[in-house]
Amino acid sequence: MTELTDLTVAGLRDGFRAGDFTAREAAEAFNAAVAGAKTLNAFIVETPDHALAAADAADAAREAGEAPKPLAGVPIGMKDLFATKGVQTTAASHILEGFTPTYESTVSQKLWDAGAGMLGKLNLDQFAMGSSNETSAFGNVISPWRRKDGGNAALTPGGSSGGSASAIAARLCPAATGTDTGGSIRQPAAFVGISGIKPTYGRCSRWGTVAFASSLDQAGPMARDVRDCAIMLEAMSGFDAKDATSLDLPVPAWEAGLSPDMKGKRIGIPKEYRVDGMPAEIEALWSRGIEWMRDAGAEIVEVSLPHTKYALPAYYIVAPAEASSNLARYDGVRFGQRELPEGANLQDMYAATRAAGFGDEVKRRILIGTYVLSAGFYDAYYTQAQKVRALIAQDFEKAWEVCDLLLTPTAPSAAFALGEKQADPLAMYLNDVFTVPASLAGLPAMSVPGGLDGDGLPLGLQVIGRPLDEQGVLNAGLAIEQRAGFTARADKWW
Amino acid sequence: MTESTYRIHGATGDWEVVIGLEVHAQVTSKAKLFSGAATAFGAEPNTQVSLVDAAMPGMLPVPNRECIRQAVRTGLAIDAAINKWSRFDRKNYFYADLPQGYQISQLYHPLVGEGRIEIALDDKNPDAGTKAIGVERIHVEQDAGKLMHDQHPTRSYVDLNRSGVALMEIVSKPDMRSPAEAGAYVRKLRTILRYVGSCDGNMEEGSMRADVNVSVRKPGEAFGTRTETKNVNSVRFVMQTIEYEAQRQVDVLESGGTIVQETRLFDPDKGVTRSMRSKEDAHDYRYFPDPDLLPLELDDAFLDECRASLPELPDAKRARYEGELGLSPYNAAVLTAEAETARWFEALLDAAGPTVTAKAAANWVISDLFGALNRIGKDIEASPVTPAQGGELLRLIADGTISNTLGKQVFEIMLETGEGAEAIVEARGLRQTSDTGAIEAEIAKVLAANADKVADYRGGKDKLFGFFVGQTMKAMAGKANPGVVNDLLKKALDQ
Amino acid sequence: MGPDADASRACMSVDTATVKRIAGLARIAITDDEAARIAPELDNIMGWIEQLGEVDTAAVAPMTAVIPNTLRLRDDVVTDGGVREAVLANAPQAEHGFFAVPKVIE
Ligand SMILES: [Mg+2]
Ligand SMILES: [Zn+2]
Repeated sequence: MTELTDLTVAGLRDGFRAGDFTAREAAEAFNAAVAGAKTLNAFIVETPDHALAAADAADAAREAGEAPKPLAGVPIGMKDLFATKGVQTTAASHILEGFTPTYESTVSQKLWDAGAGMLGKLNLDQFAMGSSNETSAFGNVISPWRRKDGGNAALTPGGSSGGSASAIAARLCPAATGTDTGGSIRQPAAFVGISGIKPTYGRCSRWGTVAFASSLDQAGPMARDVRDCAIMLEAMSGFDAKDATSLDLPVPAWEAGLSPDMKGKRIGIPKEYRVDGMPAEIEALWSRGIEWMRDAGAEIVEVSLPHTKYALPAYYIVAPAEASSNLARYDGVRFGQRELPEGANLQDMYAATRAAGFGDEVKRRILIGTYVLSAGFYDAYYTQAQKVRALIAQDFEKAWEVCDLLLTPTAPSAAFALGEKQADPLAMYLNDVFTVPASLAGLPAMSVPGGLDGDGLPLGLQVIGRPLDEQGVLNAGLAIEQRAGFTARADKWW
Repeated sequence: MTESTYRIHGATGDWEVVIGLEVHAQVTSKAKLFSGAATAFGAEPNTQVSLVDAAMPGMLPVPNRECIRQAVRTGLAIDAAINKWSRFDRKNYFYADLPQGYQISQLYHPLVGEGRIEIALDDKNPDAGTKAIGVERIHVEQDAGKLMHDQHPTRSYVDLNRSGVALMEIVSKPDMRSPAEAGAYVRKLRTILRYVGSCDGNMEEGSMRADVNVSVRKPGEAFGTRTETKNVNSVRFVMQTIEYEAQRQVDVLESGGTIVQETRLFDPDKGVTRSMRSKEDAHDYRYFPDPDLLPLELDDAFLDECRASLPELPDAKRARYEGELGLSPYNAAVLTAEAETARWFEALLDAAGPTVTAKAAANWVISDLFGALNRIGKDIEASPVTPAQGGELLRLIADGTISNTLGKQVFEIMLETGEGAEAIVEARGLRQTSDTGAIEAEIAKVLAANADKVADYRGGKDKLFGFFVGQTMKAMAGKANPGVVNDLLKKALDQ
Repeated sequence: MGPDADASRACMSVDTATVKRIAGLARIAITDDEAARIAPELDNIMGWIEQLGEVDTAAVAPMTAVIPNTLRLRDDVVTDGGVREAVLANAPQAEHGFFAVPKVIE
């Protein structure tokens, strides 16, 4: 029989319902995998008891003949950006070390209500700022993948949801939550050969999730395949009166609606995504993706998104501006770490606390954000960026007149080695070139594995949809998944 | 508009004062602007604080409809343009009373645009005229928490009960030219807010406080540099602030100095303002639209409801009291100055019924009732005599059951005993008589007893008429109808 | 003045003094060495961001809502508060029901 940790969310759910194993057996198997994978540094806090308690509740309910909850028997990982009641929540920052929320985020609560259990709090880039998981105050997350014949260089799992990516790829959990501000679900998913979807802005409540950039932040699931993403997303989504930007719409039955049939669908190929210096292997993957779409019955159309090249610089104004304000609350007064040098006054205490508590990348973005909002610069930077953002959204609007979905690569490269891009922040930012436009426009977008590159590392394809068309995105992802036949996995070395 | 003649007499000539006020008024609501925590005054520290107000990680604001509604109603009450599209901005600065590190306010697109408030140039003299003070805007924003400095030698304590309470910031144009105008503006604004019910106007509890912008100039010249004195919390202090600050600025300018645009603080003990150095570097607020909130879009139905729910406002009411009710301008002004007074007066008219004239009722309220309330130190809301009881008393006077003089006695007894006017009149036999026979009999006695004075009167000493009235009333133990007495006396004397 | 003119005005190099000023605004203590190290980094990033100035946005309104949606308003009901323990639970210093900070002289 296959190992329980090799099962998908659907496999665990269905196996548990069929009585093939108990929820406790599944939880114990994953708890053991987590405990045995410390080298990957995917978790900041392990919560085996939480997973077991949920499992026991699921077993007891099954025993009592109750109808099973949607995620009964399924333990998952929780990105450490979601506030979890009674469990330390840090956003991978020293400034929140020891912070134990007295509240539960809406998204995590929905998952527990659906019967899922928590294996632990997953590592991430500090305050979700980063694309390689090297900005965490709790150490780098290491990808389970290694280059074929490329030595044993430790690779990045991507970021910011790097702990989630690494843990799923290493079979430490079947699925995990992620958050995506500029690509933080999709890029790490691509780097480790799993699937992940960022839904339409407003589908998942932001309440109780540590904010990075409010107008961009969206939670979403990461899992091994498209079906699991659909199952998880159904549990995570839904209107929340506590979030003023939450969409007051029913949650569609995405899993039930899954279909790989692309007949009648027009897939747009945005020509501006063919950037200079794109590796041939990415080009080749994209071409294969186009063929798979055609094979699935779709019509392929070339489209133009003329403002694409401005998405990244616009993002690097809007996101840091919002972050500089969102992170002002970390001041050492009401929660988190406080640094109080001898004789310091209140303002000195703020400065010392924030200097000691924030990592370099967080500081860098706070400084950029403060700068672009400061007196005399607001219109030239922030207002201009929000105008460009409107143009980017208009580009998509125009594209939807001729196509239903867009297909692009997820990232401009495969995973790189830890340390490789750390010296150059700008080179790091360019990682998000394909994911940021959909974030700026609030569109649903997903990454699915498309194959391996010459080094034996996973590459991802991205599908972008109209607002609220998660179903279309998932279905296109499924069509790719079925044709890519991606079964590769990292050999266990940890 | 009447030109103000208020001037600071300096060594170099006369100076004019230019005043603008930013009044922060706490919106009357049960819950805070962006959280469900209560707003009641005087609770134990940090007990009216939600996790949103404490700015815990991941907490989000959701606006309170009632706060928006009250701000819109206030805007409508001052004839202001209501912006159907507005939005909230963040004002970023670090302070211990500001948990988020920013105040959610409205800079770029406020809820309420330009309006106006009519002030009386002299409250005591309705003929002195009025002046319209422009209101630049009203925006909605969060209040900050409170810092306590005197509870520990080296620490300040933070109470977030007020953090997130809804405020309206009502920003005037720099249209005022004297402390008296500023005082009248604040009083009038307070009256309007209390009529509308959007703010209780309680300055002692901090429900209303003003940032006072003052500059001076030689009449006719361009505006000078202004200073802003923050959080001045009474009408008297607002006026003191202006007097002090204007004189200070004139002194600085005349001694060759320049005015620094700065934030100042009023010290009520010393009656002076001083510079607030602690907030010196906080001027770059990095305003930007709050990304946690969408634009606030109001529909016609919402605005219609706001409009329909407005009561008759003080200016309209005063005009009606003068026009329809025939009150004097002074009485109309006095009776409409407070919503409670007007409410009491109108209840009194209802209770008194058609036989009592509004004029009589107004006079009674202003002289008798106010006098009594003043004496016993009570507000009109706490009056021991109800409008219904007052109405009963006025009816007895109007229909001649008791005289005016007796009415005053009855009212005193009502105040003491709480009994009704009719019961008092019956029990004590105070009912006045119009029985001409009885009165004529007494008149005959009075004339007989004062034959010399009768002769004098008939010889041309008209003034003696009052004497006869007094003697007759005395003989009737005060219960004779004065009108009847007058008529009969005249008849008897003129024979 | 069009957006290009605005953008060119913004096109200033980020020097050490600027870094120290914005770090002060952001309440992040910074040494001279750190400021000197960060200045060229930020200058490089801001220089790259300047390309936004190329886009003609004269006729464009800035984005206000990511997805068409209007602000919902809640009813005026007290649903929260009375949770002082939770509010103070994570405070570095809480005394007598208050948060405590170094003494502020106003
Ligand atoms: Mg002010
Ligand atoms: Zn204000």
